[in-house]
Amino acid sequence: MITEQETHPLDDLLRVDRIPHIWCPTCGLGIVLNSFLTAVRESGIPREDIVVVSGIGCTGRAAGYVNLDSFHTTHGRALPFATGLKLGNPRLKVVVISGDGDLVAIGGNHLIHTARRNMDMTVVCVNNFNYAMTGGQFGPTTPKGARLTTAPYGSYEHPFNIPFLVDSCGATYVARWTVLHIRQLTESIKEALVHPGFSFIEVISPCPTVYGRRNQLGSGLDIVKYYRDNSIVRNDIDTRECEIEYQGKIIVGRFVQKRKPTYLETMNEYLRQSVGEGFVPYQGPMDDGD
Amino acid sequence: MDKSVLTGVHFWDGDYACAEGAIAAGCRFFAGYPITPSTEIAERIAQRFPFVGGTFIQMEDELASMAAILGAAWAGTKAMTVTSGPGFSLMQENIGLGVMTETPCVVVDVQRGGPSTGLPTLTGQQDMMQARWGSHGDYEIIALSPSSPQECFDLTITAFDLSERYRVPVLLMMDECVGHMTEKVVVPEKEKIRPLPRRWYRGPKEKYRPFQPDADGVPPMVRAGKDFRIHITGLTHDERGYPVINAECQNLCVTRLVKKIRDNADKITICEEHSLEDAEVVVVAYGISARVAFKAIADAREKGVRVGMLRLITVWPFPEMRVSELAQRVKAMVMPEINLGQVYLELERVVAGRCRTFLVPHCGGWVHDPKDIFEAIMASVR
Repeated sequence: MITEQETHPLDDLLRVDRIPHIWCPTCGLGIVLNSFLTAVRESGIPREDIVVVSGIGCTGRAAGYVNLDSFHTTHGRALPFATGLKLGNPRLKVVVISGDGDLVAIGGNHLIHTARRNMDMTVVCVNNFNYAMTGGQFGPTTPKGARLTTAPYGSYEHPFNIPFLVDSCGATYVARWTVLHIRQLTESIKEALVHPGFSFIEVISPCPTVYGRRNQLGSGLDIVKYYRDNSIVRNDIDTRECEIEYQGKIIVGRFVQKRKPTYLETMNEYLRQSVGEGFVPYQGPMDDGD
Repeated sequence: MDKSVLTGVHFWDGDYACAEGAIAAGCRFFAGYPITPSTEIAERIAQRFPFVGGTFIQMEDELASMAAILGAAWAGTKAMTVTSGPGFSLMQENIGLGVMTETPCVVVDVQRGGPSTGLPTLTGQQDMMQARWGSHGDYEIIALSPSSPQECFDLTITAFDLSERYRVPVLLMMDECVGHMTEKVVVPEKEKIRPLPRRWYRGPKEKYRPFQPDADGVPPMVRAGKDFRIHITGLTHDERGYPVINAECQNLCVTRLVKKIRDNADKITICEEHSLEDAEVVVVAYGISARVAFKAIADAREKGVRVGMLRLITVWPFPEMRVSELAQRVKAMVMPEINLGQVYLELERVVAGRCRTFLVPHCGGWVHDPKDIFEAIMASVR
């Protein structure tokens, strides 16, 4: 008897030989990856032009599962690595998919400067409010009061409001969704992929194994139900108004979308004017013989 | 008009010569963070790149700079960063990523006195072991040490060639004195400088495995954006580049990274020899220390001591074979270093008691007084 091989519509964009992935059951990362790959397919951007860069951590593993050119770099340094890639070949559409710890804590300095430069790339920041892969320590997005292994009595630090952070630094596209908002998230990633400049999408995602368990928030399903009951869509609001409190309301939406010259546009235009006739713009990567 | 090679005779300092060497080698991406005494290289590049089609970016720190040049190298450019001691420390993690992912790039460290902030404007050779072992894990690295502005130009080109040839970050270990020393630099005609091209993979796409080595242990490369769908990770990986977290894969992966340098060490190492034919004493030196030692050698020769010099141009890999041969037939080796004994440890290890060894230490801030080296030479034959 011939049995049909089971396939998924996104298989051609996945490294199926690396599946099963290492993410926990009911973790939100599978949804994020699904949204991202759907957005890639629907964007119409040639697949060879899209490069995925990740840092370290659970989300950092995303680069390893996409069937695209992909780089899994050092902790916190996905953005500068991506900056080098983009400037080394400006034709590339560089996407950074990484976690809140990687991008906002150890990589925080790079985040603000990449936004400031309006470097033309898309960042998908999966925020699960903790350092999950290393066992559930608190991080810079952990809401006050949440308990984690290094905050056994609850975190007492002021957390970052990431959309406000990147907006204030110069990001030209800023959105936040939860993994419940699959369509909006996919649409946002599609918009971001074609947006010229620094586009940033925060995705609130359940970590039932660590954050959820330590705070007795129930299963992944319970956490997503909480998103359903507590998310409020408010597009175009002032990003100062979207702080997240422990088990409070989650403001989601597309907060910022504006056009400003990108790093490369500014650099080339400025040098063309100030250097004058002698200016030779970057010619792109070395000839590889074809 | 092509301004990538400024053919002619110039009066440049080592830092400028290094920048010009990089441009002549085809470097078209630079990411860096200013730090004394390497800053003039970045400044020169910033000034020159708009005329030669290069991209200069001043990053927010050294960690970003090192990460950015790795990204640019994978995009298909020749890329470089420059720094000094404390910045070099910050680059170490991503130098390790460069080693693990076999990314060709050049890192220039214009050394100052350390540890910590140390002597920002004064010379040192105190990062030599950091160059060798600064990143975590087992690896082999290539590090060159110029003694003059001319060599800063020439060896920067060599550094790019070696990095392309062996797919490893190559370190140019200058010292403040050489970086800030101004001398005649002769830049040849463009046609005479033939930088090594990248070793591109030319086979069928479906057969490409990013870490499958050629016969010499080095894999050919592709760049991002060519639909090879490469996955490149700092994790221990197999030939496909896929992470495999076990001892067996670690053994295959890391052993090859080390072997591709060790097995080719004879082809990589460059030394210069002076008056070694009749020598009973050998001064082993590199960088600015070699130039100071020439005075001591001349003085000792006048006193009738048969002394010569082995000048290390590649410090890593250490020229083990040559040092070993010399150790069998000379009485002593004398090593001046502007540190309290770093490469000297390697010298002692290779000599293995076959001749006497003398360290002439100096902990930075200035070069040796040639008298100290002279006295060490004289003591070595007593």
